Amino acid sequence: MNKIIKYVITDILRNRIVLVYTIFLLAASFSVFSLEDNSSKGLLSLLNIILIVVPLVSIIFSTIYMYNSAEFIELLLSQPLKRRSIWLSLFAGLASSLSIAFFIGAGIPVLIYQANMIGFTMIMTGIILSVIFAAIAFLATVKTRDKAKGIGASIMLWLYFSLLFDGLVLFILFQFADYPMEKAMIGLSALNPIDLSRILILLQLDVSAMMGYTGAVFKEFFGATNGLIFSFLILLFWIVIPVWYSTRKFNTKDL
Amino acid sequence: MITVENISKQFGKLKALDNISTFCDKSECIALIGPNGCGKTTLIKAILGMVIPDSGSIKFQGTDIANNWQYREMIGYMPQIGRYPDNMTIGQVLGMMKDIRNSSDALDEDLIKAFSIQNLMNKRMGTLSGGTIQKVSAALAFLFNPSVLILDEPTAGLDPVASELFKEKIIAEKDKGKLVLITSHILSDLDDLVTRIIYMQEGKLIFHKSIEELRLDTGEEKLVKSIAQVMISNYE
Repeated sequence: MNKIIKYVITDILRNRIVLVYTIFLLAASFSVFSLEDNSSKGLLSLLNIILIVVPLVSIIFSTIYMYNSAEFIELLLSQPLKRRSIWLSLFAGLASSLSIAFFIGAGIPVLIYQANMIGFTMIMTGIILSVIFAAIAFLATVKTRDKAKGIGASIMLWLYFSLLFDGLVLFILFQFADYPMEKAMIGLSALNPIDLSRILILLQLDVSAMMGYTGAVFKEFFGATNGLIFSFLILLFWIVIPVWYSTRKFNTKDL
Repeated sequence: MITVENISKQFGKLKALDNISTFCDKSECIALIGPNGCGKTTLIKAILGMVIPDSGSIKFQGTDIANNWQYREMIGYMPQIGRYPDNMTIGQVLGMMKDIRNSSDALDEDLIKAFSIQNLMNKRMGTLSGGTIQKVSAALAFLFNPSVLILDEPTAGLDPVASELFKEKIIAEKDKGKLVLITSHILSDLDDLVTRIIYMQEGKLIFHKSIEELRLDTGEEKLVKSIAQVMISNYE
């Protein structure tokens, strides 16, 4: 299993797109930090870039990589290897190389300018988001044989998580404006890993005051240790469930 | 060695395999023959565990292959269209396979030498011609001294010299007591190789005979002619 991970990582790290992604993150983070005189503000701007770019690159790159590795998977399948370990090693290799790219691109600048709790949370959520969206991409690739359909599904999923979901939440908020929605909002935010990551970091940045009453509820919930553990657990679920389901599907897939 | 019992496989509306049962013993060279799309490759992929049959079972040396993977250690597989990661070199692919197989037995590098693959070790897989990829596939299939060789259209794309060398290698391995399963449309290539014939059509197994029986039944000396006779009588 480790051998396959090693081959996947060396293959991906040589990939030009991952290199461009890393350089882009590096350039974005350094410029954001040097533009703002307050590094806390810089972090906020960087957060917005990360929440859009990291999921997008993770999901699209993983999907395309998996379709391009179809022959590699076929080759591995004819060898004495467990299907589960082929799939999981591919996932581990892909997720860790995306995480490495994120860490070099955004993690190092954050550590230079903001080496505190907020910085660490930001790096952690960035890495978790990379892994989550790789997992979702695996789900999309195992479901569809057709490359165009699979990539389309990935783009739709990204669009849903980063744009459509917020619209839906706003719609629900307006419809049920007369009811106390604060608790329900916590539940709703668990349905979107990007939202959850945003809340996690915003609360630590102490800008939650601007979010009004809902912000206070969030602060009360996520600010406490239990809330923090809860949100990290939810983020972990976002990794475990797609990976588990796609592994199960892959085990009975015809190639 | 390999027992196939009542396996069926459906792809959408197409019945790729229809209740197939057969038995393959060692020291045989068995040819899988049939028109295009009759289920030969599906049958091979089912034996390799790449396609999971809807019903029935496949046993390899007495153990069911469902959810089993160790048995593939004893199989060398040469796919119809060998496809490898484009930006790996031949040397890296060979190295990776050795790494994955982790076998301590002596490697069989006859074909690497015969096809002079060692001179191409630094070439990337994406730049190779179809024939060279076939050579790499063939070399990989034989590399780990497997007791079963599954060759899907092995001679398509090989040049005449390579094809001859390859056939000699197959005969040598069969004489060592290995089972060779081979599919091909180039029947003249099979003539001096095979000992048994499995004939398939539309997912059904029409017959499984030794080559002598087939010669007696059709009254033809050459495999090409006897199979042609069978095919015509089954063509509607």
